[in-house]
Parts: sequence; structure tokens; C-alpha cells
Amino acid sequence: MEFIGIGILTWITFLPIIGMVAVLTVPKGKEGPLKWVPAGVTFLQVVLAIVIYFSFNQGMAGINSLEGMQFVEKATWIDVPATSWFGRIQIEYFLGVDGLSVSMVLLTALISFIAVFASWNIEKSLKGYMAMLLLLDTGMMGVFVALDFFLFYVFWELMLLPMYFLIGIWGGPRREYAAIKFFLYTLLGSVLILLAMIALYFSVTVMDPLTGEKIHTFNMLAMMNPANYEPGSLLAGIGTYWRSLAYIALFIGFAIKVPIFPFHTWLPDAHVEAPTAISVILAGVLLKMGTYGLLRISYPMFPDIAQAYAVPLAVVAFINIVYGALCAMAQQDFKKLIAYSSISHMGVVLLGMAALNTQGMVGAVFQMFNHGTITAMLFLIVGVIYDRAHTRDLDAFGGLAITMPKYTGIMMVAFFAALGLPGLSGFVSEAFSFLGAFQTHRIITIASTLGIVLTAAYMLWTIQRVFLGKPNERWAGLPDINGREMFTLVPLGVIVLALGVYPSLLLDLLTTSLNHLVNVVATGASMAMVP
Amino acid sequence: MAPETIILLSTAVLFIPLLSFVVLIFFGNRMPKQGDWFGTAMVFGGLVLAGLILSAKLSRYHDDVLQTLFTWVDFGTVAGIGPLKIELGIMVDNLSAIMMVAVMIVSSFVHLFSIGYMHGDVRYGRYFAYLGLFTFSMLGIVLTNNFWMMYVFWELVGLSSYLLIGHWFEKKSASDAAKKAFIVNRIGDIGMFTGIMILFATFHSFNFDVIFSSMQSGTIPLGSEAWLTAAGILIFAGAVGKSAQFPLHVWLPDAMEGPTPVSALIHAATMVAAGVYLVARTFAMMTADALAVIATIGAITSFIAATIAIAQNDIKKVLAYSTVSQLGYMVMALGVGAYTAGFFHLITHAMFKAGLFLGSGSVIHAMHHALHAKHDHETDPQDIRNMGGLGKKMPVTFWTFIVYTLAISGVPLTSGFLSKDEILAGTLVFGELTGNVLIPIVGFFVAGLTALYMFRLVILVFLGEHKDPARLADIHESPATMTVPLVVFAVLSFFAFYSLNPFGAADGWFYDAIVRPVSVVPASMAAAGSAEFEATLHHVHSNAMILSLTVAGLGILLAFMTYKWRKISADAVAGALRPIHSFLLNKWYFDEAYDATVVKGTLLLTRAFRWVDTIIIDGLVNGTASWTRAVTLGTKRNWEEGNLAAVFYLMVSGAVSVYAAWLTGTAIWPEQATALQAVWYGILSLGVGGLTFFLFYVGVGGFDNRIVDGVVNLVAYLAGFFGLLTRRIQTGKVQTYLAFVLLGVMVFFLWFT
Repeated sequence: MEFIGIGILTWITFLPIIGMVAVLTVPKGKEGPLKWVPAGVTFLQVVLAIVIYFSFNQGMAGINSLEGMQFVEKATWIDVPATSWFGRIQIEYFLGVDGLSVSMVLLTALISFIAVFASWNIEKSLKGYMAMLLLLDTGMMGVFVALDFFLFYVFWELMLLPMYFLIGIWGGPRREYAAIKFFLYTLLGSVLILLAMIALYFSVTVMDPLTGEKIHTFNMLAMMNPANYEPGSLLAGIGTYWRSLAYIALFIGFAIKVPIFPFHTWLPDAHVEAPTAISVILAGVLLKMGTYGLLRISYPMFPDIAQAYAVPLAVVAFINIVYGALCAMAQQDFKKLIAYSSISHMGVVLLGMAALNTQGMVGAVFQMFNHGTITAMLFLIVGVIYDRAHTRDLDAFGGLAITMPKYTGIMMVAFFAALGLPGLSGFVSEAFSFLGAFQTHRIITIASTLGIVLTAAYMLWTIQRVFLGKPNERWAGLPDINGREMFTLVPLGVIVLALGVYPSLLLDLLTTSLNHLVNVVATGASMAMVP
Repeated sequence: MAPETIILLSTAVLFIPLLSFVVLIFFGNRMPKQGDWFGTAMVFGGLVLAGLILSAKLSRYHDDVLQTLFTWVDFGTVAGIGPLKIELGIMVDNLSAIMMVAVMIVSSFVHLFSIGYMHGDVRYGRYFAYLGLFTFSMLGIVLTNNFWMMYVFWELVGLSSYLLIGHWFEKKSASDAAKKAFIVNRIGDIGMFTGIMILFATFHSFNFDVIFSSMQSGTIPLGSEAWLTAAGILIFAGAVGKSAQFPLHVWLPDAMEGPTPVSALIHAATMVAAGVYLVARTFAMMTADALAVIATIGAITSFIAATIAIAQNDIKKVLAYSTVSQLGYMVMALGVGAYTAGFFHLITHAMFKAGLFLGSGSVIHAMHHALHAKHDHETDPQDIRNMGGLGKKMPVTFWTFIVYTLAISGVPLTSGFLSKDEILAGTLVFGELTGNVLIPIVGFFVAGLTALYMFRLVILVFLGEHKDPARLADIHESPATMTVPLVVFAVLSFFAFYSLNPFGAADGWFYDAIVRPVSVVPASMAAAGSAEFEATLHHVHSNAMILSLTVAGLGILLAFMTYKWRKISADAVAGALRPIHSFLLNKWYFDEAYDATVVKGTLLLTRAFRWVDTIIIDGLVNGTASWTRAVTLGTKRNWEEGNLAAVFYLMVSGAVSVYAAWLTGTAIWPEQATALQAVWYGILSLGVGGLTFFLFYVGVGGFDNRIVDGVVNLVAYLAGFFGLLTRRIQTGKVQTYLAFVLLGVMVFFLWFT
């Protein structure tokens, strides 16, 4: 699908860059265009996402087959002719979506659009802020559509830079500490991913159809085919030491992003310091990149190791779920509580992934989407109250249900969705993840259900502390939620409700690909490869 | 009515209350009278439809199960399973049709009652909206044909209960109670969910039909009998939560913080009965062991709650514990195999217990107004010690209350007699078949206790003298919106609606319609079948009836002796048995025990984890940063800056690296070293050691300054030095340069050949 000769995925990825250039050319002192240009650009992105949603072919599997990918764009990007000792370097501009990435593309477009409206009150150098936000948008979208590892890595790093500035400049009192911590931690992960990527690059060769010569490639699909591993190369074989090592390197790189215990401590700091819209993006989209990377790269490229490490992954998922929930319960800071709840909820994604079956995988990917929408709502809700009261101390409030009834109503939707109430989307994905995981890891899954109770406990306790009880005199004049804030929250609420009642609206897009992914992992691990 | 019509109408009944909720939550405040008429009219409409459905079902499709399915989620072709779909749907059989009518009756009249009771409430419209949401959720549980929807609506019932208990959330006690109800229920729910996971892992379906029929053909969950029993008990765990069974019964008495009509609807008649309904629904898959667990839990619950009810002074608390006790009765009935009796008691109890709660609501309403008139805000309007003599002033409330009390005590001609008698007979059969005598003993003992505490309540509230005679003048009967429901429930507490024979429930339409399902578990694990059960029942039935009448009579007599004729002094008894009395008054200290263990334990754990997270895990992260900084600065700078911790860490690190070097050195040290090697080794060790010491002394930064940069400077210095030397060569003459180039080329030439 093309517009003016340029593919839809290129449009959806690079529209924000166009917006960024436009924002940078806005003359000083003009507030209006600084807000409406990003709003317009991200709105167009949402429109494109809707086009993708409706023209997506649900029967095509993708994952490791080029034919199964949709909206594919493929062009040579960097082509260095062969030198005797290095071989030919070919890096492609290779984009495409399948059932694994399509939901993330939709989510990124939606969250970016909402983030722009959540940024309406930014006062400090708005121009720089919006430019960074749009750059970040491109980075995120690129990660989800790239099918060339090198390109993926470029986008992965691209989003690091604006994030660093967005936290470091527009953040709260300890913003510099949080920004540096975020940056260094993620960079550490990136280095590990880079190492694994280079190892993969030197192990995989494909035949150039034009010249017939063997060339190394960053093409992800090629890396998923065991036949392409050069015999005797570092990562050839099944279940070898080096393959485990590469898998672990990738895993830690992605784990930092998810974040997986014990690599999670950057998250609460980053969230607490980041402005509302950035928290929304961070929790809504960035965390998903970790689990997406595991599913897109680690699983199909290292099916043997993924199977061998399924049990440890399930254990880690359990720790994330229960540890995150218990830490959340101990927090005094509203935003920190939500941050820890993210750790717990991302644990559910990991649990579903560890199941290595369709129910679990569908649950995991669906949970990625749902966590994106629900946690975005939660951070917006914290933002609303912080904007008014300038405090996030959970015990400073009370009785807001009386002072701010509309706000309380929309809050209830988000909180109950987060605690997995049936009828809202979070429940469906959680339940599928657990159902799938139970098939593979019985005891760990039963133990993880403890998280369901703990989540209910801290969520309801928070509701009670902040919203119930007698209204606190101090906040008597607090205005209820305004139209703009409603505009950011209501679309998310509607999606949460719609997907809770009828999840097939999204699941139908995912199932074919995820069934295929399960098969790839299952057969890839048992398939004998040329030594 | 065609089967399709019945399904369609049932779906309509299901969604009517949801419509009421949606309309009232968004537009309630803009509607006249905040939309109370709308919600009430909707549910009454639903009641009429439900009645039509039941009569059509019983008259034309008596033994059929009508159901419909639609595909909710399609997983496609799944590895190892094949095509996998989640199909949901609704089912109308006799069980669900009867339950639907019961829910709609209670809900409709509670709506009506609330118009009077909640008049002038702060969130009047919201209240009616939530009632609609609750009714919808409850009907969902009733009408579903699969575990998935059962669980979905199960939790939604939990939500509406949370909202209604917390209706007056300004009160801390109300919001606490709401939270407690939801969390305690969730504990049961995760058990239920685990049970569902076990079933789904094997049968790949949530449908009752699919699961039960493949169980019947010999497939058992996860291929083991233990898992089958476990699945049954875990699903029952959901019922333990919702039906307030021991040990999760603690939320129900607290739930009385909600408005009284809510207590009638949710915490007496319908929601708490959902657990019993669930057990009835899944009865076929329960093994004998699972049923024994169910019976035991039910018996324990009914006993504990009945003993607590005797000692309570709050009118709603007495009724709450009475409810817990009666729910235990129903669960016990199902556990012993008296399937029909258990479900029958659910229905009869729903009517008279809803009546009892609404009656208590009427009393509280009257007391509240009387106290209000006296500007008395100290006296508790719910404490029965402040009441007495209300019977004359509130005749309708009084006489209907008498009817309900007779019914719950199991006095003949009431519905309660019919159902209770059957349950007690069932426990006797169980005792006979399994040799378990404890369960029948508990059954009869609790029957006596029930009569005792209920008549205690009636006597203290309605008979005798009022505590403050001046107040009695302000006590008035409640308005018609409240008394009409009371009369309706009183009428429904008579036997004739269930069986025309006042002494034989089994002769009525109800027993005809509700037949115990055939067990689908392997024969070796099943409990005694219906035939065996009926045969034994036949010869114990008359004994059971005589016994049950005797214990009920004794209970009533004891109540009158103590509280009416004062032959026995309650205070003296309480004084003589002080430890027992305070044990009962404090509800067996369950709350205290849970608070000290589970709640405190969890909070302690959260604090411990927070400490681990910030000090240990994040400490490691920050520690890496500090260490890096310390290494760059070295001990000297750190010492000068007073950063003693860093100095300490560095010294430790230094010691560790020297030790590591030592280990490496001894490992590579050749067995028979020559003197020259020893010299080299000594030089090398001194070098490494010195370098390490120096590195830690000045830090990497200092090392960089002094050594690395030093080497660079040295090179530069040497370059300059050699430059001076070679300047001599630079004569400025082209010939000289050419000569050097030639020399160079020759050298290269010689080198490569």
C-alpha cells in the first residue's frame, strides 16, 4: 500500500520526523503551531494505523516468511562491496508487519497521539519538547516495523536519545539522576544486543540472487532460518554454548527494557521524574519493546535456547508478578505505585510467553497491548491529580470521589481494568496468559495467581486512600477533570471496555501469526541443523 | 413459546438490568426522581418475562436443556490441539429458570423497597444504577453454560457488591468493608480460576456440556484422579468466598455496612447464594472426596456462624451470621448428596431471608427517624438492646417478621420447614451411608440454635418494653413501598408455593423440576448414587422430621424462657460462661487472627521487599556507579574528599585483585623453574603488584594522567629527542633525500625476498 509512491509503513514511521522539522521551523513566540503540528501529525499517524487495521490480512502468518509479511518495503540501504577479509556488507531498509507487530504499531500511534495532548501544559521550551517527542515517536514506530536487525538497532538507539532529554530536562526534581540512570542502563542492554547482533551477522549467510555470491546479512527473517547458519560459525548448531551465551546477551538487553527483575530499578525513578506524557509513553510503549524483542528476535532465532530456558523465564515472570505487586503495595508515592504495578503486569506478559503455546502467546501479546492502554490511563490519572495538587502522596488525599466525581468515574475504569476485572481488557489477556502457562508450568502458574489477589489489594487500597472517605478540607476547591484531560482518557477507556467485551476485535489479527510463531519455536528447536 | 424464543427472552432478561445501569449511571441525575422509577420498572418488566419463561419451560420443555453458543475468541489451528475456540452462550434449564425468577423477585421488590428506604440519600440515582449492575451480573451467573462466563459474572458480582457495600464511602468502616469483601472474595476466586485452568488444560473448553460429557467418557483432568478431586475442591473455593463459607466467611458480616436493602438483595438472597448455585451446577463433576470436603466445610460454617449469631446485639449482624449459617446448611446439603434439598433451601431461604433483612430495614428506618426526631445521634439505631415493644407500633413489619422467623426456624406450614427437613434427612442418610455421625449432629444442633437466636431477636425487638418509652411515640410503620415487599416475601414463605403437601416437599413441582444430576466422575470415585440415597432417605425421613421439629421446638422454648418469661437470666448465663461468651461475641476472633497473620504478614513483607528493592537491588546499581567513580578517583583523592567508604571498598577490591593475581601466578608457575624464570617472575610480580597498588592509589583517572598520558608525553619527548638527532640528516639537498629513499626501497626489497 503506497501513498505518493511511498509505502504506508515509511509514512507512519517518518511522519513524526516531518512534524519535527516543521516544529523546529516555527518562529519564536508562537505557541499554537507548536501544539497543533504535533497533534496533526500524530493524528495522521492514527489514521494510518486505522488504515492498517482494516486492510490487514488476518490469514497471513509472517514471523519468518517474507510472503507472510504485510505492507513490506525492501530496499538496499548500505551496500559495501566485498573486501577479502570482511565479506560484503549489505544492510537493507526492510519494513513489514505481521500479527506480532501490528498491535504494537496500533498502540504506538494511539499512545503518541494521546501523549501530545497530555503535553498541553508543558511550559519550558515547548519547541524542543515537541521536537524530542516526535523524534521519540519515530524511534518507537521504527522498532516495531523494522525487519532488518541493523535497522531495528538504529531505531532502538534512536529512541534513547530523546528519552534522555525528555526526562533530563522536563522531569521532576531528581530528573538528572533518573535520566542518566535510564540512559546508562539501557545503553548497557544495547551493547549486549549489539554483540549478539554482530555474532548473528557473522554466522548467517545468504545467497545473493544476482551474483550468486554468499553474503552476510542483517535480514531478520534470514537469521530465523537454521539452514542459513554457516557451518562451523559461532552460532551454528543446536543448544551450543555460544548460542546460549548470545541468547542470554539478547535476553539481558531486552530484560532491562521490560524491565525484568533484577534489572528494573531504573523504572520507578524514571517514571517518578518524567513528565506525565513521557511516563505514558514509557509505560505504554517503551516497555513493550523489551518483550517484543524477545518475541521477534530471541524466540525465532534461538528456538532451541528459548525452549531450554522456558522454565527459568516462567520463574522470572513469577518473581516479576509477585515482587512487583508487593513493592507496589509498599509505596507512598502514587506514581511510584503505578510504576511498580507495571513491573507486576509485565510479568504476566513474560508468563504467557514462557508458556510457548498459542493461548499463552496470544495472552502475552494481548497483555502487551492492554497494559499499554491501561497503564497509560493510570499515569494520565496520576498526572491529573498532580497538576492540581502538586503532590503525589497517597495519604495526602481522601474523599476525591465527592470533589471530583467525573474523575473518579474514569479512574474506576482504569483501576479495575488494572486489577483484572472481567469485562475489561486486562482480564482477558491475564486469563489467557495464565491458562496457557498452566499447560506448561503448573506450579509456577498457580503460585503466580497470588499476584491477582495482591493486585486487587493494592489497587483497592489506593482507591480507598485517595478517593474514598471524607473529603479532605485542603482540596475542597479542586476542579474536576477538564475536557482536554477527558479527551486523553476516554478513548483509552472505550478501547479497554470494547476489548474486554469482545477481544476478537484485536485477537483476530494476532492468532495466525502467533500460531505460526509457536510452531517455529517448537519445530526449530527439534530440527537438526547442519553442524 | 419456541425454544429460540425462550433463549431470546432470557437474553433480554439478562440485559434489561444492564440497560438500567447504563441509563442511570449516565443520565440518572437528569431524570425525574433520579430515575428510580426507570430502574424499578425495568426489573419488574424483567420479572414478568422471567415468570413467563419459567412457566413455558416447565410446561412445555420440562426435561430439555435449551442453550445457544457463539464463538467469542477463535485461536485458529493450535499446535497440539487443533482448532481451538472459546464458545460462550446461555443456557436455560430448570435450575437456571427457577434461579432467574428468584433473583428477579428479590431484585424487583428490593428496588421497590429502596424507593422508600433510600429516600433523600446523597447518591440516590447512583444506588439504583448499581442495583441494576448487580442484577445483571447475578443473572449472568445464573444463565451461563460455561465456566468462563461463570467466572466473568462471578467477579462482576464482586464489583457490584463492592460498590454497594461502599455506597456510604465517607465512612471508613464502609470503605473498609467493601475492600475486604472484594479481596476476600478474590482469594476464593483464584482457587476457582485454578480449578478452571485444570479443566481447560485437559478439555480445551469451558462449556459444562463438553467438559462433563468427555469426563463421562473417561477423560479426567491431567490424567489423574487427584487432579479431578482437586479441580472440584478448587472450584468450590470460589463458592467458599462468595457464599461466605469458613474460612472466608469474615467479609459477609462486615458487608452489613451497606444499605439494608442491599444486604437483603446481595448479602442474603442472591449473591451469596451464587456459591451454592455454582456447586449445584458443577455437582456432576464432584468426586466423593470433594463432596466430603464440601459437606464438612458447610457443617463447620453453619455451626460457627450459628454460635456467633446468639451473642450479637446488632440486628443486622444477627441476620448476617444467620445467613452465613444457613449458607453453610445449603453447602452441607449439597455435600451430603441432598442436591435438590440444598437448592430448594437456597430458594426458600432467599425469600424469607430477603424478608428478614427488609424487615430489619423497616425497623432501622423507624428507629432512625425516631432518634432523629429526638435529635439523638448517640444511640445506635441497629442495637437490639435499644429496641423492644416495636410490634404494636409496626404491625405489618412485626407480623411479616414473625412469618419469616417461623420459616427460618423450620416450623411446619412454612417453606423453611419443607427445605430444612429435607436437608436434615439428607444428613442422616449421609451419616448412615458413610458412618460420619458428626455432620447430622451438627445439622440438628444448628437447627435448634437457629430457632433460639431468631426468636431471641423477635422477642427483643418486637415484644416486651421499649428501652426508652418516650421514643416509642415517634416510631411509625414504614410507607407502602416498604411494607408491600414485606408482605410479598411473607406470602412466599408459605409451603403452598413449592408443594401442596405441607409435610412433603418431594410431592411438589419443585422436586419434579430439580433432579440430582448423574455423576460423571469414574464410578470408583463417585459418591453414593441417587438410587441408593433415595432408598436410605425413605426409611430415615420420619425420624428426621420428628427430630427436626423437636430441636426447633426446644430452641423456641429456650428463647421464650430466657428473653420473654425471664426464667433463665441471659446475663447470668453470659456471666457464668464469660470466656465462651466473649469468644462468641468477638466472632471466634477470626478477624483478629487474620489481621495478625495474613494482613500484618503481607504488610511486613511489602516493607521488607521495598527495603530489598531500594537498598539491595538499587543499591547494587548505584553501587556500580559509585564504584566506578571511586576507581576513577583512587584512594588518594577519595581520602582527601573524605569519602571513606569508597576508600574501604577500594582497599577490599585491591586486596581481592592481589589475591587473584597470586592465584593466577601460582597456577602458571612452572614446576621446575630455572633461576632466570624466577627472576622474570619476581620482576613481573613486582610490576603487577606495584601497578595495582598505584592504580588503586591514584585511581584510573590518576593512572590515565600519570602513566598513560605519561607514556604519550614520553613518546613525544623521545620524538623530540630523536628529532634533534635526525635534524642532522636534513641537509636540504634533494640528492640526500633521494639517497635515503633508495636506501629504504632496497631495505624493503631485501625484506620481502
